Amino acid sequence: MKFIIKRVLTLFLTVLIAVYLTIVIANAGGYVDKIAENEIRTNIVMAMKDNPNFRNLSTEEQKRFLEDRVQHELKKRGLDMPFPIRSLYHLKNAMVLNLGRAMYMTSDSGSTLVKSIILERLPVTVLLFTTATVINFLLTLFLGLRLSRRYGSFWDKLVISLSPSSVIPGWFYGIFLIMIFYSWFHILPSGGLVDYPPPSGTISYFLSVLKHMVLPLTSWIIASLFLGIYQNRTFFLIYSTEDYVEVAKAKGLSPRQIEYRYILRPSLPPIITSFALSVISSWTGAIVTEFIFNWPGLGQTMSQAISYFDAPVIVGVTVIYAYLLTITILILDIVYAIIDPRMRIQG
Amino acid sequence: MEEDNKINNEVVSEYTLRGILKEVLSYKAGVASLIILLFFLGITIYTVVAFPYSEAIREWNSSSAHLKKPRNAVPVWWGLFSGKNLPRNIDVTFNSNESNPIHKEFSFTYDDFPTEINIFFKAKYSGDPPIVKIYWEKPDGERMLLEEHTIRSEEDTLYLSNNFSLENRLSTDIASKIGKPIDFSITVPRALFMKYSDKLEVLKGDYKITLDTKFANKNDSLSGELVIYGKLYGIAGTDHLRRPIQIALLWGTPLDLSFGLGASLSITFLELIIASISGWFGGITDSIIQRLTEIYMVLPFLPIMIMISLFYKLSIWSLLFVVIILSIFGSGIKTTRAMVLQVKNLPYIEAAQAYGASNWRIIFLYIIPKILPPVIPNLVASVPVYVFLEAILALFGVLDPTQPTWGRVLEDAFQNGALYKGYVYWVIIPSALLILTAISFSLLGFVLDRIVNPKLKEL
Repeated sequence: MKFIIKRVLTLFLTVLIAVYLTIVIANAGGYVDKIAENEIRTNIVMAMKDNPNFRNLSTEEQKRFLEDRVQHELKKRGLDMPFPIRSLYHLKNAMVLNLGRAMYMTSDSGSTLVKSIILERLPVTVLLFTTATVINFLLTLFLGLRLSRRYGSFWDKLVISLSPSSVIPGWFYGIFLIMIFYSWFHILPSGGLVDYPPPSGTISYFLSVLKHMVLPLTSWIIASLFLGIYQNRTFFLIYSTEDYVEVAKAKGLSPRQIEYRYILRPSLPPIITSFALSVISSWTGAIVTEFIFNWPGLGQTMSQAISYFDAPVIVGVTVIYAYLLTITILILDIVYAIIDPRMRIQG
Repeated sequence: MEEDNKINNEVVSEYTLRGILKEVLSYKAGVASLIILLFFLGITIYTVVAFPYSEAIREWNSSSAHLKKPRNAVPVWWGLFSGKNLPRNIDVTFNSNESNPIHKEFSFTYDDFPTEINIFFKAKYSGDPPIVKIYWEKPDGERMLLEEHTIRSEEDTLYLSNNFSLENRLSTDIASKIGKPIDFSITVPRALFMKYSDKLEVLKGDYKITLDTKFANKNDSLSGELVIYGKLYGIAGTDHLRRPIQIALLWGTPLDLSFGLGASLSITFLELIIASISGWFGGITDSIIQRLTEIYMVLPFLPIMIMISLFYKLSIWSLLFVVIILSIFGSGIKTTRAMVLQVKNLPYIEAAQAYGASNWRIIFLYIIPKILPPVIPNLVASVPVYVFLEAILALFGVLDPTQPTWGRVLEDAFQNGALYKGYVYWVIIPSALLILTAISFSLLGFVLDRIVNPKLKEL
């Protein structure tokens, strides 16, 4: 428990600094200041619209009044201060996910709040990429284990010679999968989340989503399958030459027991580490894959924001990504502590 | 004595370029990767020598340089797979000084219809503009008036294939000639080159075009070019703006490879230096660097890259700098630092300290050379990562659009729906180059890894 609290605190500090860096980078072009000012302006305009006293004023006077109020509000929030102080205000806002209003984009529910746009898209991204990483993890783990037993066989050699295929990123395989299964055979959709119009029943909706997930999932799995199996197999081979495995064999334990108790268990920490790295890289890879497959998640939000030049959304997505990475690392830390007792003692 | 020398030579040979090359060539994968790399080197040298960058940039970004090239034409070699003799461009030049009316003949023996037909006029006149009557004669002797055109300026273009009234006239005419219902639409290029039957077929043979010009003055003249656009062009085809894709692919080779090599070289070496400093000095320096790597771990690399390149409109070289800054505290530091900690306590380092070597001398002359060999395979294998990064940034449209790179071609193809419209060549050729790059560097990295870590050979 103490270990987890300590990790949460350090990770909180890390994400604080990371978000601060994001703000500094974005604000060198003045974008974050503009986002804050727009937010204030929109609120005042709304308030003035609701207030009947302002209707009698001329547009000229209304404009002057608006400018006055905006300046006043900026001063009140400390946004007329020099950047180092001002940036703390931005930092606080970003940390509590008060990300301002989008300039052009809206969420499906019609809101212009960056937060609601992002929170609406996030589950869709998580759905696709958690499925992909979990399938990948299990596949490479068990195929790697099987292959380590058949060391030197035809399949072993095949996997080794196919392992360089993993330098090609998943989204790149995606392009080819679309060309083959959509443009050529016409059997799978080229992208999107569901058919249009969306099917009405829950089951048919689910099946439609599943159909749309096939190509993106396949592209991700192809991209890391062979290298993953190869790496895991090598780990298992290293651990299977340990003395305690020989002892276990001498004791007459079944191969299955040896595999799970004496080979899989000690080799899990390095495997989990590489899994962690693959999850982290999947968050970034998601941006491109979603762009290619038109998958309406965070990554696609990012690419839409780029085409509209919607600065608040771009900064917002970047901040959310920092959070996502931190949460991923925290979860993996906890998993690590569970499978590797040494970590708990150290912590 | 002699035997001693021999052993020494063998040990040393591993560290000379020649020795490493020899070892690399002993692997099949090594041979393959070197062949691919030589191919890219050849392209690079050819491009840099034969096709100056300024000229390439100008051609790539000019809208008028490619008017006479076909739009979305497939590469010439690609056409061989279609099993049909696809049309190439036919250029017919004419000049009224030779004769008036002008008769020009050309033969058309291809299996498919041309894509467009334009006439580019160049006229010299004073007073009233010339009026030109254009007649078309098919191999079977049929002669028709296509258009009576009044020249509008000294340089005038007649887009025959975009002329809707001509298209309507020809199609009603042809429909009545065939007399049966037809299941294809009639466009101008089809009308001018088809057999009159209910199946769409090219009428092969010698065609004749006649330009009968009425001049207002005796000294007026009319010259120009009739272009019948084909479906084949060059070694890589053309894109939606009629630009030859080969320009971007040729110059993309040095640009992409130097981006990839530059990024991986500088990131690896900077990481090496930082990791050595962290491991050697320890204490506060070490913990600051370690905390920095943890912060870098949660910095979302790609979103920040996209944000920076979009907000600040950087060229590919400034972007390379940003990539380096955003990667130097990457995860590579942890593994390299672990190696430094092992090397740190070796006797030769103690000896160096004993003779009074400074910290920096020890880092740069004793530690880095020692841990360099195991790092090299990673350096080589990480080149494709940055080449693909260039493609990603281009796909999002945040790179300088005037620079011809592989990623740019992919982006154009994507934006114009090449995946869905069947312009397969437009995606396949740049992709093939990317894949070749990726495979060659990763194979070379793989082989180098086996050479510097002989333990791997057993597994």
